[in-house]
Amino acid sequence: MNVATGKISSVNGNLIRVNFDGAVGQNEVGYARVDDTPLMSEVVRVHGRQADLQVFEDTAGLAVGNTVTFTGRLLSVQLGPGLLGQIYDGLQNPLPRLAEKCGFFLQRGAYIEALDPRALWAFTPTAHPGDCLTAGDTLGTVPEGLFTHRIMVPFDFPGVATVVSMVPPGSYPAGGTVATLRPERGTERDVTMIQTWPVKIPIKAYAERLRPTETLVTKIRTIDTFFPVARGGTYCIPGPFGAGKTVLQQLTSRHAEVDVVVIAACGERAGEVVETLREFPALTDPRTGRSLMERTVIICNTSSMPVAAREASVYTGATLAEYYRQMGLHVLLLADSTSRWAQALREMSGRLEEIPGEEAFPAYLESVIASFYERGGMVRLKDGSTGSVTIGGTVSPAGGNFDEPVTQATLKVVGAFHGLSRARSDARRYPAIDPLDSWSKYPSIIPGDAVDAARQTLRAGHEIGQMMKVVGEEGVTPEEFVTYLKGEYVDNSYLQQDAFHEVDSATGADRQRHVFGVLHLFLKAPLQFPNHEAARRFFHQLTQMTRDWNRQVLNTPEFKEAQHALETMIEESTPDA
Amino acid sequence: MRKTYNRVDDITGSVIHVQAEGVRYRELAQITSRRGSSLGQVIGLREQNVAIQVFAGSRGIATDAEVRFLGHPMRVPFSHALLGRTFNGSMIPRDKGPELRDNLVDIAGPSVNPVKRIIPRHMVRTGIPMIDVFNSLVESQKLPIFARAGEPYNPLLARLALQAEVDVIILGGMGLKHDDYLFFRDTLDESGALSRSVLFIHTASDPVVECLLIPDLSLAVAEQFALQGKRVLVLLSDMTNFADALKEIAITMEQIPSNRGYPGDLYSQLAARYEKAVDFDTAGSITILAVTTMPGDDVTHPVPDNTGYITEGQLYLRGGRIEPFGSLSRLKQNVNGRTRADHRTIMNTMIQLYASFRETLEKQAMGFRLTPWDRKLLKYGDRFEKEMMDLTVNIPLEGALDLGWTILSDCFDPVETGAPSAIVEQFWPKKA
Repeated sequence: MNVATGKISSVNGNLIRVNFDGAVGQNEVGYARVDDTPLMSEVVRVHGRQADLQVFEDTAGLAVGNTVTFTGRLLSVQLGPGLLGQIYDGLQNPLPRLAEKCGFFLQRGAYIEALDPRALWAFTPTAHPGDCLTAGDTLGTVPEGLFTHRIMVPFDFPGVATVVSMVPPGSYPAGGTVATLRPERGTERDVTMIQTWPVKIPIKAYAERLRPTETLVTKIRTIDTFFPVARGGTYCIPGPFGAGKTVLQQLTSRHAEVDVVVIAACGERAGEVVETLREFPALTDPRTGRSLMERTVIICNTSSMPVAAREASVYTGATLAEYYRQMGLHVLLLADSTSRWAQALREMSGRLEEIPGEEAFPAYLESVIASFYERGGMVRLKDGSTGSVTIGGTVSPAGGNFDEPVTQATLKVVGAFHGLSRARSDARRYPAIDPLDSWSKYPSIIPGDAVDAARQTLRAGHEIGQMMKVVGEEGVTPEEFVTYLKGEYVDNSYLQQDAFHEVDSATGADRQRHVFGVLHLFLKAPLQFPNHEAARRFFHQLTQMTRDWNRQVLNTPEFKEAQHALETMIEESTPDA
Repeated sequence: MRKTYNRVDDITGSVIHVQAEGVRYRELAQITSRRGSSLGQVIGLREQNVAIQVFAGSRGIATDAEVRFLGHPMRVPFSHALLGRTFNGSMIPRDKGPELRDNLVDIAGPSVNPVKRIIPRHMVRTGIPMIDVFNSLVESQKLPIFARAGEPYNPLLARLALQAEVDVIILGGMGLKHDDYLFFRDTLDESGALSRSVLFIHTASDPVVECLLIPDLSLAVAEQFALQGKRVLVLLSDMTNFADALKEIAITMEQIPSNRGYPGDLYSQLAARYEKAVDFDTAGSITILAVTTMPGDDVTHPVPDNTGYITEGQLYLRGGRIEPFGSLSRLKQNVNGRTRADHRTIMNTMIQLYASFRETLEKQAMGFRLTPWDRKLLKYGDRFEKEMMDLTVNIPLEGALDLGWTILSDCFDPVETGAPSAIVEQFWPKKA
């Protein structure tokens, strides 16, 4: 291929303008040289013989006249065995190995291969010479931690591939040839365990997309019971700062019942990533008994790392998630925070002097967000198995006001909305998911009518609470006051969870069904009290006991005893029918 | 010898344009004109046209000013000779000491590789119950103090600096009133802490570009100390002035503003500074406390809003007290599980009850009949404010926890507090 070169003609922040010779493609990668260091850049606009490139690194030291070499490739990632457990930056440089090479600081222009081509993997071929395959079909497998990692026909392979030769079972380096394929036309192609794929293009090597209907259990009661997420679905968590978006994401990444979790920490605090990457190796996944890190990939482009790579990091995350989906696995992609990525778009748009849209975000913001969330989905693969990518993105709206472009663009395309409220977080009600504003289009783990009844109680309780602010406690009837207290009770003892308590922080689906069943009976009980004060005391006691119950391990004698005590207490205050 | 240029094409705000060749982005230039000499930094290159931001401002710069490019970016001399000294944003001494020129290090260097960070585990004890009990400060935390202009944030900052156990204190003053600068200097001096402090001061009357350099200078020096294994506390006051300086330059450069005139990269600019807070694997740490004044007491103003998304919590200073709602230390969980068994219970219980107290106050203001429960809350809230929230209270953490139990047991029955039964059993004061 003809590869172009050029010379820098202007530098403005992380945007450079280059006069080039030859052919240059949109989104093609180029390297700008400063002294002997190549800085990775991406073409974002072409104007005649001039190309504008966003540089993924600090541009200090670049001068007019420096050379830029183009590569002819789009921004791509490596896919193959060895991704799990890795910590990458937004451009898929492995951070631990970068630290070995460069020490404490991230040195610009230092790029390391994402996957070690010399690492040995035990390959078992499943295809045979003469087989006719298409992109995404399995050639063989290698064991990677818990999973059988499929080595597939490269996703960009055109048409039907005839297997010419396969290596026998054995241990091979990741970068070595394991199969030779013949396309319908053109020359034979050697296939290794590693393939590359451009991050901004979705992988589509599957039979069909399915509707997401199966609930993804996150072990967070508010979510699973009231605002569920489906495997292959999408959801967003907008909230002002300090409302607990990241804690929620961290707990989800630990407890969610999926095979693989990809965490894209995008433009957020480094400290939060550090918690994940230091703690996960020591935590065991209750489903498998192995380290949590073995099912996790972290893409980490924190807020002080170069802005342009922030945008790349969410796409890198999506591509890795899609890759594991192709193996029939259920993958959860957590992006924290999509607003930072939108801001990166805004910064670049401003430098390009594009006409700004609302709040100076570019006009194409909505379509970019929509196409990102569309990468989630449940698919049936060509071999009949299913895999899914579930996407959960946090949104950090300016001023905590949801009427801003990023939140609104996101709400249009997701299937569930977990809105965090400042009032709840100030009152230390965790999780701060607003039970009245949030919504979900996916099925709950609990039958709909029971959930509706509880939601009704919450809503009625809230309304009476508002009314009491105007007319005072004495202005409501005893029945209304009990409804108010019931609403508070649902909130205090079911919606709220102690994020730092070993047992209470994660409630499995069975336990939720059981506890919610008991709670449902309580809510239906026609409780009567001599006066408001007695009712309040009763509910104080009930809340306290339910919270203690939540802290007991499921089905232990203590658990059963606590439940019995609760039931007795309700019975005693229920007048005989 | 580097070439000099004698033709300034364009002077706007503090930015000048010259025609020059071989200039590197972000390198420094020396601009000499009839009114004196100043440093400047290259902030834009377009063909031969070079935009330079002049640190001392462009006032008095003539079209025939002499511009000499220095071939390197802004640097700061680092050595232990910095301790006890005061400089301005161009690294010129404000005290009577000599200029320092040795061992120059780049400012605004690259960010720390996340895998070289460790989870912070050391609590910084301050003796202020609202911080120690409810929002524990942790080594390597970045925490802003949100306040209205009239609040006593600088005295609070100074008190935190003196009571926290750290090796080096670095003060970055941006747009400080001269009185405030003298206040900080004298307070540090009187307590003997000046000899372990470095002050970078930009006062309200200094050129605005120098304001932009203060955080970078402070943090570059802090980073060097931290790499030597020192625990460094960086105090920044006031980051809103820093953001306003950014705004001023951005508007001069005709950038499209995003929100209330601030540039679209405000978040990234602030983050690049705050993220210098770090606990190094095998070296020291940097803790940042920064004042952010809120114009109009509005936390949704772009500066406090963006700051809140970057920092690890925030303290609201309101009415001379640290406000329990909204104030948050995100790292407190790293330390408050290992202080005393009742720490978290006291923290949650007292705040939830204080929230109920606030509701009762509203009810009272509306003239509703108060229930016995309301009266209990009123008694509680009053004692909480007087004995815990007041900033003059200065007691160690354990004392504050005991005080918490005393207040609770004087006001409530155990079940009314909602505290876990096991903890109540152990800590609830036994009545004589």
